[in-house]
Amino acid sequence: MKYLPLVWRNLVRRKTRTTFTVLSIVVAFLLFGILAALNMAFNMGVELAGNDRLIITHKVSIIQFLPESYGARLETTPGVVDVLHQTYFGGIYQKPSNFFMQCPVLPDKLLTLYPEYILPEDQKKAWLTDRTCAIVGRQTADRFGFKVGDRIPIQATIFRKRDGSSNWEFNICGIYDGDKKGVDTTQFFFNYEYFDEARQFGQGQVGWYVIRINDPSAAPAIAERVDAQFANSFAETKTTTEKAFVQAFAKQVGDIGAIIRGIVTAVFFTILLVAANTMAQAVRERTNELAVLKTLGFSDGLVLALVLIESCAIAVLGGAVGLGLAWLVTQGGDPTHGMLPAFFLPAADLVRGALFALALGIVAGIMPAVQAMRLRIVDALRRT
Amino acid sequence: MRTLLGWLSQVAIVTLLNLRTIRQRLSSSLVAVVGIAGVVAVFVAVLSMAEGFRTTMATTGSPDTAIVMRAGADSEMVSGLSLEDTRLIGDAAGVRRNASGPVASAELFVIVDLLKKSTNTTANVPLRGIGPNAFAVRPNVRIVEGRRFETGRNELIVGRGAAGQFAGLEVGRTLRFGQSEWTVVGVFDAGGTFSDSELWCDAGVLQPAYRRGSSFQTVYAKLESPEAFTRFKDALTTDPRLNLKVLRETDYFAEQSQMVSTLITTLGAGIALLMGIGAVFGAINTMYSAVASRMREIATLRALGFGGGPVVVSVLVESLLLALIGGAIGGGLAYVGFNGFQTSTINWQTFSQVAFAFAVTPGLIVAGMVYALLMGLVGGLLPAVRAARLPIVAALREL
Repeated sequence: MKYLPLVWRNLVRRKTRTTFTVLSIVVAFLLFGILAALNMAFNMGVELAGNDRLIITHKVSIIQFLPESYGARLETTPGVVDVLHQTYFGGIYQKPSNFFMQCPVLPDKLLTLYPEYILPEDQKKAWLTDRTCAIVGRQTADRFGFKVGDRIPIQATIFRKRDGSSNWEFNICGIYDGDKKGVDTTQFFFNYEYFDEARQFGQGQVGWYVIRINDPSAAPAIAERVDAQFANSFAETKTTTEKAFVQAFAKQVGDIGAIIRGIVTAVFFTILLVAANTMAQAVRERTNELAVLKTLGFSDGLVLALVLIESCAIAVLGGAVGLGLAWLVTQGGDPTHGMLPAFFLPAADLVRGALFALALGIVAGIMPAVQAMRLRIVDALRRT
Repeated sequence: MRTLLGWLSQVAIVTLLNLRTIRQRLSSSLVAVVGIAGVVAVFVAVLSMAEGFRTTMATTGSPDTAIVMRAGADSEMVSGLSLEDTRLIGDAAGVRRNASGPVASAELFVIVDLLKKSTNTTANVPLRGIGPNAFAVRPNVRIVEGRRFETGRNELIVGRGAAGQFAGLEVGRTLRFGQSEWTVVGVFDAGGTFSDSELWCDAGVLQPAYRRGSSFQTVYAKLESPEAFTRFKDALTTDPRLNLKVLRETDYFAEQSQMVSTLITTLGAGIALLMGIGAVFGAINTMYSAVASRMREIATLRALGFGGGPVVVSVLVESLLLALIGGAIGGGLAYVGFNGFQTSTINWQTFSQVAFAFAVTPGLIVAGMVYALLMGLVGGLLPAVRAARLPIVAALREL
């Protein structure tokens, strides 16, 4: 402990250099944090996908409809506990860039299939009973200032109403939250029965099914059973786990996520190289002084430790500030409003970042520290 | 005049002296160069991705082609037109006509799940159902392998981009969508446009396969001239039997690319800006240590009568030169590593895959160099001022 003032004096002796070194490390770790959040977002929170949920789509592509009547058959399929169907509505609120996903669903089924959506009791009651009711996620509600009781007009792009108009109006009677970080709260749900009666075409046709199964480990067998059930019908199905579905969808963005990750990782290390070099240089400059310390009786181990502590202090300080900033920046959530709903900095990456910072301090300091330890006093003093 | 000349010669002397001694400070200079090179490489690479995507979408379409969808539809995918609608559109004023009638093509636009080679997962690949007029509307499309599909048969031709990105699209292969089997009979080249990402087949075969009855989704109409667009649009939008949205093909595709290219550009620019700040800190340190190692030298020059200005300029020139080298390396790396790199991504607006190539354009390289110089300038400024302000006596005394 008594050596801390010594380390401190060394750090502040060249204030500008220490400051800029710390700052470049801050930037590197800020980038690291944002990258981790982006990585999470491009993987669309695969980790958050329920492992007891399967998604059933039309075998040819998701844009093709499945009959609503499949629901009853799915409910009696062994292993299936709950069944929900969803349909892509694709409406526009005010202007196309205000994109968020809207889905007609059966209200009670939505809440049983997605227990991660949290709705206050009174709002839940309204959602289950009022057919013109719609619920919207917190993120989208905040984005457009939707409040419970608002009446929201949505322009349909696909489904016009029977009277030919494409203007749908919904009463917002609930705003749901996620029960944990990263849960997608951008979606807008409304009553399927209301939708099915009012739409001009496609009655009895739905987009895809979500089912809950009783045993996640039996998922492949159940998926096979479901697909076999509808084989050779007009609408053959493809059943996958929610995880695989989300993963495949994320992979559609594909290489781009990987490219951005790769590039940024490379540069993260470039900046660290720059910082490490400066730190090594700072120690190299003080060769004489280290020799003097040794002359005064500082042991080899102590000199090694002093140098390492110094470089670790810089790295950890920079790392902590950088990660802290990244955490602050990512608190705002999805910067694109809807394309990357799972944009947040996972705690595991914070820990990983902190370890990286410590590792950086050790890597940057170890060479000069070992040199300092091995220093022969006479050589070092002569070197000036 | 004489003072100016004297000043300039001082600048030249000090700068040359600086540059000659760079070798003694090689490792720290190298670090600054590497830092800036890394930033410029990323800057250029990421923007070349956005540029490639934008170019693909922007070169799709010609100003004398109009695309007609149902009113309210914001992409082909969600549009729907009846057979009657498509006939009325073909007969509207302003549409070019040839021996067989109006040059207008009624088309279907759906997606089909195919395996993407790079990720080995399924992806939404656009499948377009067309009639014979589709080729007249898109004169830039030519068959480069195999032949066109035959009307009424389950045959496909595939765009070059699609053939490269998705599995199983070689000529002669058979694909199974739902209950029907399709044979790939040809590959077409659409000159690097959006169409290169698509599969094409006979609309008449696709309609029953996707249960579309006799309906279509869009009409592409070749106009008499680019100026005829207004006449054509007015004719359709004032017709009480129709409720349509009419766009120039060029405008439609520019609009369709907006979301993705904005996303890539914003992400890329943000990342590059942050990295730039980090690299500037590195450069500042490099230049500070360059100045520090030459303190006596600089002080000697000042004692001999050299002014502060030339010293400032010389430090800046050194830092700009290092930045320039870094920028050139970075731009070169991006060009070698990424120019022409084929990839594909999902275009959220059409919900389907677009194949495109990274485009490292001269403009991007120049932008990267400018960015590098900017980093060099900012990185060199503070150390340069310090060098000029050095108290001469104290510096000479320092060992």
